Amino acid sequence: MFAYIVRRVVATIPVILLVALFVFSLLYLAPGDPAAIIAGDQATPADVDRIRASLGLDRPFLIRFGDWFWHVIGGDLGVSIFTNLPVSHMIAQRIEPTVSLMCLTLILSLSCAIPMGVIAAWKHGTWIDRLVMMMAVFGFSTPVFVVGYLLAFVFALYLDWLPVQGFTSISNGLVPFLRNLILPATALGLVYMALIARITRATMLDVLSQDYVRTAKAKGVGQRGVLFIHALKNAAVPIVTIVGIGFAALIGGAVVTESVFAIPGLGRLTVDAILRRDYPVIQGVVLMFSFVYVVVNLCVDLLYTVFDPRIRY
Amino acid sequence: MDRRAFLKTAAVGAVAGMAAPHIATAADSKVLRFIPQANLANLDPVWTTQYVVRNGALLIWDMLYGVNDKLEPQPQMVEGHEVSADFQTWTFKLRAGLKFHDGEPVRAKDAVASINRWMARDSTMGRPIKQRLDALEALDDRTFRFRLNKPYPKMLFALGKSSTPCLFVMPERIAATDPFKQISEYVGSGPMRFKKDEWVPGAKAIFERFGDYVPRSEKANWLAGGKRINFDRIEWNIVPDGATAAGALENGEVDWWETPLPDLVPLLKKKAGVLVDIADPLGNIGSFRINHLHPPFNDVRARQAIQIALSQADYMQAVVGSDESLWKTVPGYFTPDTPLYTEMGGDRLKGPRDYDLAKKLLAEAGYKNEPIVLLVATDVAITKAQGDVTADLLKRIGMNVQYQALDWGTVGQRRAKKEPPAEGGWNIFHTWHAGADCVNPAPYIALDASGDSAWFGWPKSDVVQEKIAAWYGAPDLAAEKKAIEDLNKAAMEHVVYVPTGFFKGYQAWRKNLSGIVKAPFPVFWDVTKT
Repeated sequence: MFAYIVRRVVATIPVILLVALFVFSLLYLAPGDPAAIIAGDQATPADVDRIRASLGLDRPFLIRFGDWFWHVIGGDLGVSIFTNLPVSHMIAQRIEPTVSLMCLTLILSLSCAIPMGVIAAWKHGTWIDRLVMMMAVFGFSTPVFVVGYLLAFVFALYLDWLPVQGFTSISNGLVPFLRNLILPATALGLVYMALIARITRATMLDVLSQDYVRTAKAKGVGQRGVLFIHALKNAAVPIVTIVGIGFAALIGGAVVTESVFAIPGLGRLTVDAILRRDYPVIQGVVLMFSFVYVVVNLCVDLLYTVFDPRIRY
Repeated sequence: MDRRAFLKTAAVGAVAGMAAPHIATAADSKVLRFIPQANLANLDPVWTTQYVVRNGALLIWDMLYGVNDKLEPQPQMVEGHEVSADFQTWTFKLRAGLKFHDGEPVRAKDAVASINRWMARDSTMGRPIKQRLDALEALDDRTFRFRLNKPYPKMLFALGKSSTPCLFVMPERIAATDPFKQISEYVGSGPMRFKKDEWVPGAKAIFERFGDYVPRSEKANWLAGGKRINFDRIEWNIVPDGATAAGALENGEVDWWETPLPDLVPLLKKKAGVLVDIADPLGNIGSFRINHLHPPFNDVRARQAIQIALSQADYMQAVVGSDESLWKTVPGYFTPDTPLYTEMGGDRLKGPRDYDLAKKLLAEAGYKNEPIVLLVATDVAITKAQGDVTADLLKRIGMNVQYQALDWGTVGQRRAKKEPPAEGGWNIFHTWHAGADCVNPAPYIALDASGDSAWFGWPKSDVVQEKIAAWYGAPDLAAEKKAIEDLNKAAMEHVVYVPTGFFKGYQAWRKNLSGIVKAPFPVFWDVTKT
């Protein structure tokens, strides 16, 4: 197992390098000029050229890539063109809001979606099943920003219970932290919830028809024990898979959610950097996200062995 | 209490705690929460010319002169000046007791270094001074002097100009930075100090009161007079989404929103706790920018065809909506309701639009249905609205329009290309100019018609350039007015660009704020919160 983990971690290095090259090439080919944005509308073309030269953007592709790559190997993601701050510092500033949002979304989604899926399977064909599936369809088909605006309108503006926007660090207290994050996490979690609820229901339906479940019932195991101990554990592998895959969707959704709720997270940092063509920041964030995604997939693979001891690496 | 009762009580308590409504406190009145027009991504007001940077810089750095609401430069850091009769020697003396945020006194050598850095980047007024400069020297700790080889009567206006880049005074060690490289220390002598440790670019910027700031004794008026800040902290919250910003203002989470979206203003006006009013009385002038280098617009008749067909009312309604108090037609290049405003030569922009005449002029100019490349920045509401109207206009006058939907970053790159449109160049793009930059030719780079070195579109007209020079040499207001009338007429005849109308924007704030003024920049001094 340890050797497998080491192999997988080492295997992430070429993946991340390929991502880095791909992103750098894409940004090089993409139109847009940070120097023109910096110089502003009143600048002359000569000013724009001088700024471009001072930023090193007039150098050939391979030299720029080589320079950047050399620094990345040394753990230096570079300095933002616009803020003059180290990219690693900017990412560090934004990690807490994004990680908090994702964790809360994950907790909310899993704690709601799995029981919903299990109950829908248990009450298969009844109004409860149809209600859960209807909610799942609603969750799938409603864009994050629409849900976000609706939640903000009802809970922040109409009822005045929660703030419309912003983020408070957990170091300032759990209640203010949750007050700021509960609406965005709900908005972001809806699609995720729908996805997990549907997969849980489908897998549970399959598992509940297995012989060992019938045996458990015949032995007199209670309904709760059958569902959550015998059936759910065996249905967990596909659920964990979808949780891992859905993580990418969560990253994409976080970009929108952070904009709607003005959360200073990595999603907004990415969007701002793309709009301004702040190449070092874009490259740094994409590298980080690709690394996280690879790690999440590794964790999913390892979790398989927990839920299904027959799986060995 | 059993387990279920305990859990219920705990859950209700937690929800009630989280759902507590916003309650104002006394400490709140010392903190101003402000949503700026854009993200404050950097803070070097010379390196970049973005208005949001200038607005933040106004808190951190002070200026030698500052304009009032009549656009007259008034002494700010300066105690007084002397000028020779030929306007070639200017001597300035700084006020006593000025200090930087690091505790160091402000000296004449700091002013000299700051002027040198600013002159290298300000193409409208700084470089003309530099071209005339024999010497700029600190005579003692409080006195510095310009010695010029040609007269420059507009010196005070240059030192106090509010259009970007403004002349902010920095410590010499910071001002010595290459003007094309960004500074990394934000030490000024303005009324607020910047909290770099709390700065999250794209999210928040914090300014803290500078206790040693010495305001002037006069009443504040725009950038002139005593800049008295009534807050311990000013927090800039970057809220990228307009609807969210409106909600935050309504909910009392922020106090002041610099640029509410026109679509949301009717809603904000109905909210009990919110006030809405015009932000900048000098407004903006929309721009239909034409590339003069390539057919068909290298022929003046094709450019005049646009003037004849273009309806400013259509553009303005697309930009700011049906609220007629927000816009007006402007058959001239200068800001309406300012001393030099004129409509001389603007007849082609007045009266009913004549598409047949426009088509005739296009034919005379040799237009044969070649694609017209229209660059439209669709991520900026004002340029998107103007671009859509232009696409329709060009079709109406029989042009083959190629609408290229881009983001502003890409338009910024493409507009610098001088190649023909078929090879990656362009024919038309849209922007707008702040009215404060269009009050006279000095800050008005878009009116420059010097050809290769002119602004994007590269108009070339010796007549226009002569008229601009005539304004610089005008000794009094009457002569300035005459020069501007001639300039407007010449620029309209040559069609340097086509103004699409004059429009204003709103600002919105909570009712518990008082002292908000209308200006081309947010004026934080004298604002109070209860």
